[in-house]
Amino acid sequence: MNIFAEGIAWLFDPAHYGGVDGIDTRIGEHIMISVIVLAIAAVIAIPVGYLIGHTGRGRVIVVVSGGVRALPTLGLMILIALNVGVGLEAPVIAFVVLAVPSILAGAYAGFDAVDRRTIDAARAVGMTEWQIVTKVEIPLGLPLLMGGLRSASLQVIATATLADYVGAGGLGHFLFLGLQTRDYPQMLAGSIVVVLLALFSELLFAILERLVVPAGVRAGERADNQEDVRAKSVRSRTATG
Amino acid sequence: MVWVFNNLTEIWQHTLEHLQIALPPIILSFIIAIPLGWLAKRFPPARGTILTLASLLYAIPSLPLLIVIPVLIGTGLQDPINVVIALTLYGIALMARSTADGLRSVDPDVRQSATALGYSPWTQFWAVEFPLAGPVLLAGIRVVSVSTISLTTVGGVLGIPGLGLLFTDGFQRGLVEEITTGIVLVIVIAVVMDTVLVMLGRWLMPWTRVASPAVRRRRNLRAVTT
Amino acid sequence: MFTAGKGRLVALGAVVVGAAIALSGCASADPLSSGGDNASGSKATLIVGSQAYYSNTIVAEIYAEALENAGYKVTRSFNIGQREVYLPQIEAGKIDVFPEYDGSLLQALDKTAAGGTSDAVYAALKGKLPAGLTALTPAAAADQNSWTVTQAFATKYNLTDIASLKNVTEKIIVGGNSELQTRPYGPKALESKYGIKIAGFKAVQDSGGPLTVKALVDNQIQLANIYTADPNIKSNNLVALQDPDGLFFPDNITPIVSKKVDAAAQKVLDAVDAKLSQDELVSLNSESVNDKKSAPDIAKAWLTSNGLLK
Repeated sequence: MNIFAEGIAWLFDPAHYGGVDGIDTRIGEHIMISVIVLAIAAVIAIPVGYLIGHTGRGRVIVVVSGGVRALPTLGLMILIALNVGVGLEAPVIAFVVLAVPSILAGAYAGFDAVDRRTIDAARAVGMTEWQIVTKVEIPLGLPLLMGGLRSASLQVIATATLADYVGAGGLGHFLFLGLQTRDYPQMLAGSIVVVLLALFSELLFAILERLVVPAGVRAGERADNQEDVRAKSVRSRTATG
Repeated sequence: MVWVFNNLTEIWQHTLEHLQIALPPIILSFIIAIPLGWLAKRFPPARGTILTLASLLYAIPSLPLLIVIPVLIGTGLQDPINVVIALTLYGIALMARSTADGLRSVDPDVRQSATALGYSPWTQFWAVEFPLAGPVLLAGIRVVSVSTISLTTVGGVLGIPGLGLLFTDGFQRGLVEEITTGIVLVIVIAVVMDTVLVMLGRWLMPWTRVASPAVRRRRNLRAVTT
Repeated sequence: MFTAGKGRLVALGAVVVGAAIALSGCASADPLSSGGDNASGSKATLIVGSQAYYSNTIVAEIYAEALENAGYKVTRSFNIGQREVYLPQIEAGKIDVFPEYDGSLLQALDKTAAGGTSDAVYAALKGKLPAGLTALTPAAAADQNSWTVTQAFATKYNLTDIASLKNVTEKIIVGGNSELQTRPYGPKALESKYGIKIAGFKAVQDSGGPLTVKALVDNQIQLANIYTADPNIKSNNLVALQDPDGLFFPDNITPIVSKKVDAAAQKVLDAVDAKLSQDELVSLNSESVNDKKSAPDIAKAWLTSNGLLK
C-alpha cells in the first residue's frame, strides 16, 4: 500500500510538472492523440454507419468491422511504425482502427433502432429522404451514437498509453520509463492519471448521452419506463488497451 | 516466410502460452458474472452499484493494471497469472452487464408460469431464466472472448509469455514477418474461439435454431453492437 | 425441451470444470521453461536468464545449450526486461546464469564508479557484486552503448568523438529506450559533461533497433544510443562517435553466476566466452536480424562450428 502513497506523492511533486517530461505536457499529448483519433474515426464511421442504417444495405460491413476488434493494437501499431517511422502516424492509424467499430456500430444502431412506423409517418407527412435522415433518424439515433463514441473514447484513452512505445509520447511515457527503471511510484502515478482521464471521458459522454435525447423521446420515456436491452448493450464495450 | 519456417517451435510455444493465458479468463468471467448478474437483477439497488463498478473497472487501461496487480498480490512482474487476473476482471466487467441484461430479457409471463408450475427459485433460475437468457449471454461471452484473446498480447510489453512477445521481439529485430505472424495468429485464435462459442450455443440452446432468418440476423447484429 | 437443455448444461459444466483444472495445471508449470533433454540426476538444475533484447537472448541460449551439453538441467527464463527489472531477481538468487555487460552492470551497482580499461572495469565489478554472485571471465565481445549519428550528419559537422557534438548548430533530438534518460551516460550527461545542448528526447522502445535507426536515417532524431554489436550500424552507414573520455564503460559480455554454478559449469561457460569475439557477436546478431533465424538455431550452429558441443 505504501507504493500507492508514493505514487500519489509523485503525482503531487511540483518537480514533475512543466517541461517536456512534465505531467501536464504528457496529459496534453495524451488528450491530443485521443481527440485526433476520435475525430478521424468519427469522420469515417458516422457517415458509413448512417448510410447503412438508413438504406438497410451493407449490414455485413458492421458485422465485419466488429471482427476487426480481434486485431491486436500493439502489433498493428508496431507494424505500421516500422513502415512510417517514429511519431504520431503509427499510433493514430492503429487507434483509429480500434475506434471505428464502436462508433460505426453506434451510428448504425442509432438509425436501426428508430421505429419503422415513425419513419413511415415522417414519409406520410411529406418529408423528403434527406429530411427523414436529418430531422428524424439523426436526432433519434444520437443517444446510441453517443454510446458508441463513449466506448470508443474509453478504449482510445486507455490504449493511447502504448503510443510512447513508438515514440509518440503521452502518458505511456511514465509507464515505460517507470517500467524500465523499476520506478513503481512513477508507473502508478502515470496509471492514476490515465484512469482519471478515462473516468472524465465516461462522465462527459454520460452527460452528453442524456443531453442529446430529443425532448419528445424523453417525454415518451417517462410514460413507458421500459428499458431497451439492446440500447443498453451498445454501451457496454470491448478491448480496453 | 523464412522467419516462420526457422521459428516454428517458438511460434507454436508462444501460441500455447497465449491460449493458457487467454482461455481461463473467458471461462472464469462467465462463471463469476452469473451471481453478479443475478444480484443485479434480483435487487435493483445492487444493480446500479454492480454495473457502475463494472464500468469503472473497464476504465482502467490494461498496461497499468498489469503493473498494479503484482504490487497488490505479491507476484512477479512477469508472472502470467497477472494477465489472467487482469483479463478476468475485464471479462467480469463485460459479462456482469450481459448477464443482468440477459436475465432481465426473460419474459415476466414465463417466470410466472414457472412459479405456477411449482418451480423453486433455484430450479426456476437454472431451468428457466438462465437458459432463456442464453442468447444474450452468448453475445456477451463472444465479445469477452475476442477482446481477451487480443488483449493478452499487451503482456508482451512486460515480457510476459504469449504471442505479444512476437511483437516486441519482431520490433527489436525489425522483422515485419514476425509481427504479421503474431497478428494473424491472434485473429485465427479469436475466430476459432468465436466459432466454438457459436457451436456451443447452438448445441446448448437448440430452441434458438428454429428462429426465423430475420430474428437470427437481429441477434447477430446485437452481438456486433455489443 | 428445457430438460434437454439442462442435461447439456450439466455436461458442459463438467467439461468446463475439467478444462479449467487441466489449464490451471498447465499454467502453473512455468511456461518460460523448456528444460533440457539430457538431464542427469546428480547435477543441479540451473536457471539461465536473459534481457528482453534479442542479442542477449542468443548469448543466453548459447550458455544454456553448452550447459545442457555438459549434462546440466537448464531452465530458461528469458526476456526479463531491462537491468532494473532482472537485477533484483539475480540478487535474490532466482537466476543462476545471466549474460551481463560488465561496464553497465558496474554502473548500475555503483553510481560513482570510475571507468577505464576492460580489465579495470572487470576488477571493479568483482568488488561490487553482492555476496553469492560471481563474475566469470569476460568474453572479448562487447556490446557497448554508443552515441551514433548518420554518416551525413557526421560529415556535415565534422564529428569524430562525442565532444565534437558541440560543433552542431541545429537542434539535437536524442532517441532511445525510455531508461536512457536516467542512465549516467544519457542526454543529461551530454549536457553536463560536454555542454552539448539537447533539444529533446524521443522514446523508442526497440533497444536501438530498426525504428530508432529509421528515425535517425529519416532525421527525425539526430543522435541515438545504438549498441556497437548491432549489424544495423554497418548496413545503414552509421557512425558510432568515439569515446576517448570513457563516458561509456567497456561492456564486455560477462556471465554473472550464482553459487549453484559449480567449477565444472564455470569451465563450460569460460570455454564459450573464450571463443566469443566481437566479430562473432556481430555475425550472431546479423543471423538473427538479417537471416531471421531463431535463437536456438543460431546458438546450436555456433556451438557446433566452434567445437563446443560433444
